[in-house]
Amino acid sequence: MLLQQLINGFALGSIYALVAVAFTLSIGVLNFLNFSLPAIFMVGGVATWALLKAGAAWPLAVLGALGAGAVLSLVIERVTWRRMRGAPLFVPLVSSMAFLILLENLVLVQWGSDLQQVPSPFAEVNLRFFGLIVSLPQLVGLALSIAMVFGLDRLLRRTRIGRALRSIAESSDTALILGVDVASVVPAVFVISGLFTALGGVLFALTYRQVHPFMGQEVALKGISAMVVGGMGNVWGAILGGLLIGVAEVLSIRFLGADMVDIAVYGMLLAILFVRPTGLLGGLALGKGRV
Amino acid sequence: MGGYVQGVLVLLAINVISAYAAYLPIAAGQLNLGIAGFMAIGAYLSAYLTNELGVAVLPAILAASGLTGLLALVIAVPVLRTSGIYLALATFAVGQIVEATILNLRIVGGAAGYPVSHYVGLPMIAGCAFGVFVLVFVLFRMRFGLCITALHDDAAVADLLGVNVRAYQTAAFALGSAIAAVAGALYAHHFSYIEAQSFNVLLSIYIVLYVLLGGTQTIWGPLAGAAMFTLLPELLRVGAEWRYVAFAVILIATMAARPQGLVTAAPLRRLFAARRAAP
Repeated sequence: MLLQQLINGFALGSIYALVAVAFTLSIGVLNFLNFSLPAIFMVGGVATWALLKAGAAWPLAVLGALGAGAVLSLVIERVTWRRMRGAPLFVPLVSSMAFLILLENLVLVQWGSDLQQVPSPFAEVNLRFFGLIVSLPQLVGLALSIAMVFGLDRLLRRTRIGRALRSIAESSDTALILGVDVASVVPAVFVISGLFTALGGVLFALTYRQVHPFMGQEVALKGISAMVVGGMGNVWGAILGGLLIGVAEVLSIRFLGADMVDIAVYGMLLAILFVRPTGLLGGLALGKGRV
Repeated sequence: MGGYVQGVLVLLAINVISAYAAYLPIAAGQLNLGIAGFMAIGAYLSAYLTNELGVAVLPAILAASGLTGLLALVIAVPVLRTSGIYLALATFAVGQIVEATILNLRIVGGAAGYPVSHYVGLPMIAGCAFGVFVLVFVLFRMRFGLCITALHDDAAVADLLGVNVRAYQTAAFALGSAIAAVAGALYAHHFSYIEAQSFNVLLSIYIVLYVLLGGTQTIWGPLAGAAMFTLLPELLRVGAEWRYVAFAVILIATMAARPQGLVTAAPLRRLFAARRAAP
């Protein structure tokens, strides 16, 4: 049974990890706690549900949801970040939070606040090994998270745009002086983090088979915690933190009861912040612990 | 005054108090995302003092505020070792833990919530809001305000010039938390019922938004931000289910037009300078 709980923890954790990667990119490169990410997560999940309900084939639904996440992220970049560059540190927070209110209420107006059942696009989603149940979306989710983070890591280390992003993370002004076209590179951060979060929402919808307008909030808080636990600005740390939080959550539900989950998870977060303020893998990443 | 208007004014007064609770640390360069946690501590302490120990309302609120401030002093020791975004997340974790702990505290009802016996009405709540505003106004007229502003603008230079950075940061954090406790206690006594879930992280984030929307440069900002956040959704009630959509669009447009917040220092200074020059 413990093994089954671990598997469930990893499945939940891989969704947290995707959200954590999105937050970590946004904070690592732009020093921006992007509160619109929970909305993108919700849009990913709700769009998957809406497209499946409308009769779309599942690959189409997934692509549609990812596309919606990326496009929305670009719009948010235009209105929040671009207009407020140079403003004090916490200012873009307000607009990004306003986007969360906006998108949640648009979905609320359109579909109401009820839990919506997501139809399963697959005939049999559960694989059984030796009495353990692994659902297919869980397995694909974990593999996909790790593959995408590996891809992102390569992108950051090896490509021209990755070098540009790392230089902006070090100092946006210096990067600009040295010829990095900051204004055209920053949207990439938003598109990538939008894609990661939306994928998290898609996987959540397919694994837990339910969506609602406020589904992004709780997951985003866990995603932020995962980012901090792993080390802010470190994409591998986000995976580690996500899996740790997912497993801690599932195990504390199992052994301490559902009421104790938040004490356990956020207690762990606080303890790690006090002992290692830069997180478990912080400081090991490129560029002083940031992306 | 109709019951509806009175209800809105009560919310406005409580939101103004909580906005100043968030403003003090923000003015010192710290983002406290755990305000709702300190509000919860104040609410439950004051409720417990009046319910179980028979303390009168006003002393109970003041005692709750003082105790919360002391607790914040203790919490500040490890929390203020972090800074910037890490500090924001540490306070966020503190808020989450407070909420979850109260949820498990049988002595104050746990998840079932906690009824509060003594009622306070609008006059007292408005009076407290005014009192908090005067307190902040006076504080920012004193050396305290000058030092807070200095270390907000550049902590290293303030340190070099002899400002005890750590002491002022701790003071701003603890004082803000004590003010948050007042807001929470008033909420408890007005609505006669509290539950841990109402003091969630979303409330903390909203309170910070009041301040950022209003502007952090002057002490008028939190007042303007809290007023806009409280009154605008009420004015938009005609829009029925579209009201929060409209509210969000107005927020986004406001921040795009005025990234520094509604109230900024320069126009205020010009206004007061013109008045002084006129006669």
